[in-house]
Amino acid sequence: MEDRRRFGFISELLIEWIIRLCGISAIVFVFGIFFFVFREGSGFLFHKLNIVEFFTSPEWYPSSVSHKRYGVLALIAGTCSVTALAMLIAVPFGLGAAIFVSEFCGPKLKETFKIVIELLAAIPSVVWGFIGLTLMNELIIELFDAPIGLTVLNGGVILALMSVPVIVSIGEDALKAVPDSYREAAEALGATHWQMTYKVLLPAAKNGLLAAVLLGVARAVGETMAVLMATGHAVTIPHSLLDSVRTLTATIAAELGEAPVHSDHYQVLFLIGVLLFTITFVVNITADLIVKGIRRE
Amino acid sequence: MTVLRESSGRSLHMACIALAMLVAVTACSREGEPTDLPATGKVVVQNTGSDTMVNLAQWWAEQYAELVPAVSVEVSGGGSGTGIAALINGTADIANCSRQMEPEEIRKAQQNTGQDPQEFVVGYDALAVYVHRDNPLNEINLEQLAEIYGEDGRIDKWSQLGIENTACKSDELIRVSRQSNSGTYYYFRAALLGKERDFRLGSRDLHGSKDVVELVGRTPCAIGYSGMGYTNDRVKMLKIARKTGEPAYGPAIETALDGSYPIARPLYMYTLGRPSKETRKYLQWIYSDAGQAIVEETGFVPLPEKESKKASARLEKVE
Repeated sequence: MEDRRRFGFISELLIEWIIRLCGISAIVFVFGIFFFVFREGSGFLFHKLNIVEFFTSPEWYPSSVSHKRYGVLALIAGTCSVTALAMLIAVPFGLGAAIFVSEFCGPKLKETFKIVIELLAAIPSVVWGFIGLTLMNELIIELFDAPIGLTVLNGGVILALMSVPVIVSIGEDALKAVPDSYREAAEALGATHWQMTYKVLLPAAKNGLLAAVLLGVARAVGETMAVLMATGHAVTIPHSLLDSVRTLTATIAAELGEAPVHSDHYQVLFLIGVLLFTITFVVNITADLIVKGIRRE
Repeated sequence: MTVLRESSGRSLHMACIALAMLVAVTACSREGEPTDLPATGKVVVQNTGSDTMVNLAQWWAEQYAELVPAVSVEVSGGGSGTGIAALINGTADIANCSRQMEPEEIRKAQQNTGQDPQEFVVGYDALAVYVHRDNPLNEINLEQLAEIYGEDGRIDKWSQLGIENTACKSDELIRVSRQSNSGTYYYFRAALLGKERDFRLGSRDLHGSKDVVELVGRTPCAIGYSGMGYTNDRVKMLKIARKTGEPAYGPAIETALDGSYPIARPLYMYTLGRPSKETRKYLQWIYSDAGQAIVEETGFVPLPEKESKKASARLEKVE
C-alpha cells in the first residue's frame, strides 16, 4: 500500500516535470532560433549596415560585381502587398465558413466540409506554386489582358487559399467553445439564429477568432515556396495588383544556398530573417494589446 | 471561460510556430548533409549543382546504375553556386557547374579542404533566347539583348525591336531571368554586359531552367534565356548575332562548336583533389561514347572526339 502510494506520487511528479519541460522547450526553441538568426547577421548589422539605405532603397543587387547594394524596401512592399491582399480575401471567407460550419449546417454536411477543408490544408506549397505558375498565370493573362500573370493578385489568391483552412478550423474551434448555455439564453430571449450568432456568439468568441486570423496572417507572411513561384519574383515596388513582386521569404529561399557562409550577402539574408521575426512579433503584440483593450471595455 | 479559451489558443499558437520552425530547421540541415549511408552496401557518389545540368546528370546516373549496380550516383540541383558550396563543405563528390569556378571560390576550397579543385569540361551548352511561339521576332543581337536586360537599358517595348507582337496587347516586354545563384545567370550577364554592368531590376527571376521555358511558353509578352535542351513546342528559339548587321545563327551543335553562335559555354564538373576510384571511373564513363551520346540526347553539345580522349587521358594521370 505504502509502495503504491509512493509510486503514484513519484510518477505524478515525473509527469508534471515532463509536461513542464515540453512547455518550456517551445520557448527555448523560439529564443534559440532567434539567437541563432541574429548572431549570423549581427556582424554586418553592427559594422557595415547602412540602415537608411537598407530600409529606403528598392535596389537589391547582392551579386553585383562592381557595386553591391542591399536595399529591402521593394521586398518589404512585396511581402506587405501580397499578405494584405491574401487577408482581404481569406478573412471574410474563412470566418464566414467557420460560422457556417459551426452554426448553420447539419452534422452530415459538417463532416464533409471539415474533411474537404483539411484536404485543402494538406496540399504542399510547391503544388500551390505550380498552380500559380501555370494555371493562374494563363487565367490572369486571359481575364485582365495583363502582360504576365505572375503578380500580386496571383500570389494573394494562392496565399488566401492556403490560409483559409487555418482560419476555418481555428475559428470553428473558437465558436464551438462558446458554452451552450449562451445559445440557450439567447434563444429563450427570442433571438433569431442570425441575431444569436451576431450578438452573442461572435463577441463571446472574439479572442479565438482573432487568434484564427493571426495564425492566417502568420501563414501568409511566412509562406515561401508558393509565393516564390506565383508572384514572379521581381524586385519592384508594386503599383497595382497586376505588378510582379518579390517577398522577403522568397528572397531568403532563393539566395541563401548560394551565399558563401559569413559573406555580406549571407549576413544580410539573416538580417532579413530578423526582420521577419520582428514583423511577426509586432503583429502578435498588437493583437495582444487589442484583445486587452477589448477586455477592459 | 473566455480566459481559459484565450490561453489555450495562445499556447497552441506558440506551439505551432515552434513546431513549424523546428521542422524547417531539421529539413534544412538534412538537405545539406551527405546521405552516404547506403541501404544496400552500395558506394554512393554525391553529385550536386547546376540546374541546367540536372537532367543530364540524372540521365547519366540512371544509365550508369544499370551498367555498374554497385555504385549509386545521387544527383540534386540547386544551382552552380550551391554545388560549389557543397564541394567546399565536403558534402558533394562532384559539383556540376555551368560556369567556371571563381578565383575566390578556388581559394576558399583550398583553405577549407587543403585540396585543389579539379576541373573537367564534360560538354557544351548553347544558351538559347526564348520567346513565345506566336511572337513574330526571329532574330536578335547581343547589343539589343544588353539594352533589354542591362541596368539603364532603353528597350522595354516589343515595338522598339521593330516588330508588332500582336499576341501581346500591352506591347510590354516581360524579361524573364534566373535567380542569382544560377550559373546561367552569371554566364548570361557576363556575355551580354561584361564584368561591371548589372542586370536591370524588375525581371521575373525564376528558380529553374525548365520554369523559364515553361513561363515563356505561356506568356506571349515574355523573353527569357535557358539551355537549348529545355525547348518545347510552345516556344521559339531566336537566332542570335553578335552585332547589328552581322549574320545571326541559331543554337545547334555545329554553331556552338565552331564558335559562330555567340552564347555557348562549356559545362563543368568539379572534384576536389584526387577523386575516389568510383568517382574517377564515373567521369571516365562520362567521357566514353555512351556518356557523350547522352549529352546529345538531353539537348546539349557533346565534346569533339579529340577533346574527350584528351580529358579521359588526363583522368588516368590524376590517378
